[in-house]
Amino acid sequence: MTTSARDEVLRRIRTALGRTGGAAPQPSPVPRDYRTSLGQEPGAPGLLDLLVDRLVDYKATVHRCAPDAVGATVAAALAARGARRLAAPSGLPAGWLAAADVETVTDGAAQDGGALPVATLDAVDGVVTGCAVAVAQTGTIVLDSSPDCGRRALTLVPDYHLIVVRADQVVGSVPEALPRLDPDRPLTWVSGPSATSDIELDRVEGVHGPRTLVVVLVEG
Amino acid sequence: MTTFLGMPGLPVATERGTLRGPDTFPVAARRALADTQLRKNLGHATSTIRAKRARVVGELDDWEELRAAGAAIKADVMARLPELLVQLEENVTARGGHVHWARDADEANRIVLDLVRAAGTPDDPVTSVVKVKSMATQEIGLNEALAEAGIAAVETDLAELIVQLSDDTPSHILVPAIHRNRAEIRQIFLDHMPDVDPGLTDEPRVLAMAARAYLRRTFLAARVAVSGANFAIAETGTLAVVESEGNGRMCLTLPQTLVTVMGIEKLLPTWRDLEVFLQLLPRSSTGERMNPYTSMWTGAPRTSDGAPDGPQEFHLVLLDNGRTATLADEAGRQALHCIRCSACLNVCPVYERTGGHAYGSVYPGPIGAVLTPQLAGMHGHGADAPAGGDPVDSLPYASSLCGACFDACPVRIDIPSMLVHLRAKHVETAQAQRRVPGLPASAENAAMSAAAWVMQDAGRFSFAERGLQLGRLLARDGRIRSLPPPLSAWTTSRDVPAPPAETFRKWWARTRGDRS
Ligand code: SF4
Repeated sequence: MTTSARDEVLRRIRTALGRTGGAAPQPSPVPRDYRTSLGQEPGAPGLLDLLVDRLVDYKATVHRCAPDAVGATVAAALAARGARRLAAPSGLPAGWLAAADVETVTDGAAQDGGALPVATLDAVDGVVTGCAVAVAQTGTIVLDSSPDCGRRALTLVPDYHLIVVRADQVVGSVPEALPRLDPDRPLTWVSGPSATSDIELDRVEGVHGPRTLVVVLVEG
Repeated sequence: MTTFLGMPGLPVATERGTLRGPDTFPVAARRALADTQLRKNLGHATSTIRAKRARVVGELDDWEELRAAGAAIKADVMARLPELLVQLEENVTARGGHVHWARDADEANRIVLDLVRAAGTPDDPVTSVVKVKSMATQEIGLNEALAEAGIAAVETDLAELIVQLSDDTPSHILVPAIHRNRAEIRQIFLDHMPDVDPGLTDEPRVLAMAARAYLRRTFLAARVAVSGANFAIAETGTLAVVESEGNGRMCLTLPQTLVTVMGIEKLLPTWRDLEVFLQLLPRSSTGERMNPYTSMWTGAPRTSDGAPDGPQEFHLVLLDNGRTATLADEAGRQALHCIRCSACLNVCPVYERTGGHAYGSVYPGPIGAVLTPQLAGMHGHGADAPAGGDPVDSLPYASSLCGACFDACPVRIDIPSMLVHLRAKHVETAQAQRRVPGLPASAENAAMSAAAWVMQDAGRFSFAERGLQLGRLLARDGRIRSLPPPLSAWTTSRDVPAPPAETFRKWWARTRGDRS
């Protein structure tokens, strides 16, 4: 029996490092003199403005509204889109689609046959979800497959994605976002609609992921 | 093949033709320089991306601190690589994934092929896989290996698709079709894309939509995906893929089986380390504050309700293929810190003119010039060196040592010093093989031997002269601090006057009317 590839590769690494047995070295200290925070509380007005500025820069559509106007704002956005049939995750807050004149299929719900097949997701007019965290400085929204975000396929196959972001979910920078996320959950970091710059470095929005990204930012 | 000054038991990469091109750099570069369309495309693309990068890097007043942290984290990874790999393996396995180890390209290809076969049944075998752009799978020649076994690998990144459809090779790490302009891409689609609209225009939007339509059905029906990885977190077992188009999300989400091939150096110790690299990478590579999509998953991923979310058969293949040989050289191992952002390509005056194909390796540009010779090994002038010189041996000389790559590198890899180091090693190897006795391996000695190698061949020499012309552009106050071969080693300890506008050979050719 020859050595396993695993043992062999590990042996090679130790040889290359000149380590012949003995304990592993301690982690070396990493100088973390960079900014770990923008210094503003989640949801601070300055962060919300920054997030909107970044999202618009990525060609996402942004609507800002008060907490009691989420249903009406979502309904207006869907009407403007002409969306008739929507997919939603099982834990979408009740009020979000209450005012919308749409048919809803719920992923994972028994009455809709459990997990929605890809073909169904491909045929709906769009999907509405919440999010886990938003990063103002980079215009990023993170989906974490919690009940109001849903499975990853749900927010990938439909061509239109509307995300409701609550002000208290908006942090300043990437270092502020990571501690709020659970690495055991599948995560999707979304910064604008899908895009490519592969042809002469010209950015084209909308390739394989949802081509339209709409964000409803709930303030106050 | 020769293990260049290797340590016993640390073999270099197995050859699948992806690291060692057919021609030496001067020969291939001369061919590329003659292609004016190519130079125009490259000039446009690299200047666009340089401007974008400069703008978003300028927005962060802590950029240098982020770079310092990135460099320190990577150095720590290398020092603790065995322990961190084992920790990664434990965490991936604990969450329902499977980890495989591959000593070289052939072994990695075999593992992937077996996994693809196992995903099918005798009645319903898997005959194609979807792929997310991955340098590691290009390095091991996976597509070719799968094709030999009757399995089609469909590249889903737009630029990779362009390259694949035209039976071409990538010329840039990030934008593999950077050498093609829109008119050429339109023609490639018209010639090679089934069912394409014959009225296709060369608008980038129209071309991108043609790719979307072409790939959509493939994505929705795919059973197996193969990806690379940008990062793997030892502490949590999490894998991360950074992308733009959503083709990555498609591959990482919809199929039942996912096979990820990753070099052993791609690790990060902790979840927190992502706060550094998710800032460094997008700004350095596409010049964006953040790329459109980053996917992260751990093992066989589940939603917070415990429902399956994405491929429940997850396999991670950890690849050596010359990386441990690279790690053995203390002055060269920094090349393994590379996060493949491609910033060093875009700022390199040599790359900007020759493009990626001239390097003959899947890793082109400044990082390719230091990584390829270490992964693949150099031959020196040994008996087994290819006639006309080993193409890989010529790569450490494919630079003017201007230092722009170091300034751009988000993890502060000192590429110029490594180039000088590899030139010296190359010359030492050559000397040893020629049994030149008693010569100490001094800088001058190295420079003279390098000069001899360059001057032996008119082609090499005229290429070096072109480098001198470049040196003129780089000179400050009529002095230059670093020179291209043959004299580079001199300038580590002295300045040299800026060369004249016209070389003697050019003047001779012009005044004698002789174009040779
Ligand atoms: S060497 Fe540095 S600049 Fe070049 S691709 Fe790697 S990380 Fe980027």
